[in-house]
Amino acid sequence: MTEQVQVLAVPSRPQARAVNVRGATLRAIYIIWKRDLIRYWRDRMRVVASLAQPVLFLFVFGSGLSSSLRGSTGGFGGSGSSLQYVQFIFPGIIGMSVLFTSIFGAMSIVWDREFGFLKEVLVAPIHRSAVAIGKTLGGATQAMFQGIVILILAPIVGVKLSFLGVVELIPMIFLFAFALSALGVAVAARMRTMQGFQMVMNFLMMPMFFLAGALFPLGGNLPAWLSVLTRFDPASYGIDALRRTVLTASGVPARTLDRLGLSIFGQPLSVWPEVAVLLAFGALMLSLAVYGFRQRD
Amino acid sequence: MRGYAVPRMGQPVISVRDLVKTYGKVEAVRGIDLEVGAGEIFGFLGPNGAGKSTTISILCTLVRPTSGVAQVAGIDVLKDPSAVRARIGLVFQDPSLDGQLTGRENLDFHAYLYGLPAVTRKQRIDNALSIVELTDRAESTVMTYSGGMRRRLEIARGILHYPEVLFLDEPTLGLDPQTRNKIWDYLHAVRTREHITIFMTTHYMDEAEFCDRIAIIDQGKIVALGTPSELKTRVGGDVITITTPDTTVAAEQIRTLMHLEPTQIDGTLQVEVPDSASFMPRLFSELSVPISAVSARRPSLDDVFLKLTGRAIREQGTTALDTMRNMGRIWGGGRR
Repeated sequence: MTEQVQVLAVPSRPQARAVNVRGATLRAIYIIWKRDLIRYWRDRMRVVASLAQPVLFLFVFGSGLSSSLRGSTGGFGGSGSSLQYVQFIFPGIIGMSVLFTSIFGAMSIVWDREFGFLKEVLVAPIHRSAVAIGKTLGGATQAMFQGIVILILAPIVGVKLSFLGVVELIPMIFLFAFALSALGVAVAARMRTMQGFQMVMNFLMMPMFFLAGALFPLGGNLPAWLSVLTRFDPASYGIDALRRTVLTASGVPARTLDRLGLSIFGQPLSVWPEVAVLLAFGALMLSLAVYGFRQRD
Repeated sequence: MRGYAVPRMGQPVISVRDLVKTYGKVEAVRGIDLEVGAGEIFGFLGPNGAGKSTTISILCTLVRPTSGVAQVAGIDVLKDPSAVRARIGLVFQDPSLDGQLTGRENLDFHAYLYGLPAVTRKQRIDNALSIVELTDRAESTVMTYSGGMRRRLEIARGILHYPEVLFLDEPTLGLDPQTRNKIWDYLHAVRTREHITIFMTTHYMDEAEFCDRIAIIDQGKIVALGTPSELKTRVGGDVITITTPDTTVAAEQIRTLMHLEPTQIDGTLQVEVPDSASFMPRLFSELSVPISAVSARRPSLDDVFLKLTGRAIREQGTTALDTMRNMGRIWGGGRR
């Protein structure tokens, strides 16, 4: 190294630095979201492996119970209905996939923290809300794909879906995934180590799944305590909305759906109020997620 | 064109006044004053726990100082931390790359976070990759990189957004000597090409030779500051190491007959002399005890540290954390 150092090129340094805060935040959200998707595509084994559980539920659990639940008239939905149990749980299994992928997706924040990558994001001159929003959208997009993949199984279980029905389902799956991812990010933002992960599994994911009516009708004669708990589970609204949309599209009458589906004070709900509940829940969780990232580090 | 070795003290890029950081009762940093000029490679040296990482974290706005003032690129770290963050690049002690992304994707991620203009983004990434000679491997996932390559990619990422200062916390920790030297080559290349100030910490004394100026920090205070050669002249000449069966008598005789002050280290005696060539014959003729070995060498920064603090810099028995870090570097670094 000589004393005289030749400057080859002096870069134009004062960049478009923090000129446009909103633009910077949007760019950050975009790249955080994109990174999650790159990782999702690159890990194709995970995509395939994550199909194993829904397939088990549908074909082993679903088919197994289907035969014993067949009423005297042959249907699960009560007299005069031809609805099979496996068809009934099909939207519930979409919901399960969305739920698990969303929460797992959000938990990648804890991995990032453990492996140091989160530091790279947190020291960047960006608004912390970009991290929360980017991670929520990233998790939601992955979960949406996982939910859509389950739709491929529809013909096998005898659920008929039109192209239009699928188009209608996609935004609904995304909204559901968004609300759950926001919940996951709100939790993960406050988690320090992977040790807390088992807690999240046991005290958040599994109860949410079982209470959501993925596997049994919420409109049935549930014990009062259980009935109340299921109404406090945000996933109940998502799965009910999915179920109404999927089964209506395959010709199950609204009467049957009202009898099996979610009701509040004896009043059957319809898709729109349920969508509103998901939106409100998602917005609340997202603000908690943003707040969680502002508080820490 | 002016050489960088002489810092332009008229416009310091980093300036620190009476910086203090206490954690409860532990005083990690106990009053540091410091100025680093534009274009300098400034080394912060000291044993583990001396306060290096705390100081660098304060300068990077990751830790708030208890008292004192720190300015980076003319901006107070407490008043406008995000403006400081936009103007600095960071290479952390622990790896912070995404192993599932390619090298280019990791840089792309960074470019977006730091708002690099879309028109020059790709060109800039290519440019940064070529400085650290990773162009060939840009499309491989970081999982497949060696420890040295990951460090190089982190350096490329650190400079991507044209920062004024690049901070590196122990960038060579856990790398083998050959790779360490390579990293230094790249850092000098970066300085030359990017017109950037480099501020780094290390506890490898030999690495300080690569810096323009160094500060030696011990127990939260700066004990010496200057160019490596300035600091070495403080030792006052060559260092003679004498091995003898009777160190006590030999030390006594050196003291009384030759008027020098020997230090005992690991059963040997060390003395500093202005000129080793004329000292050796005197040593053999004047000492009455047998001498089993004697060696002379130019002073190193280890000698400087020894002289200033009265003890050798601990080439630490690696702590559990260091071992974990190294394992992380070798095996993990973002592998999931």
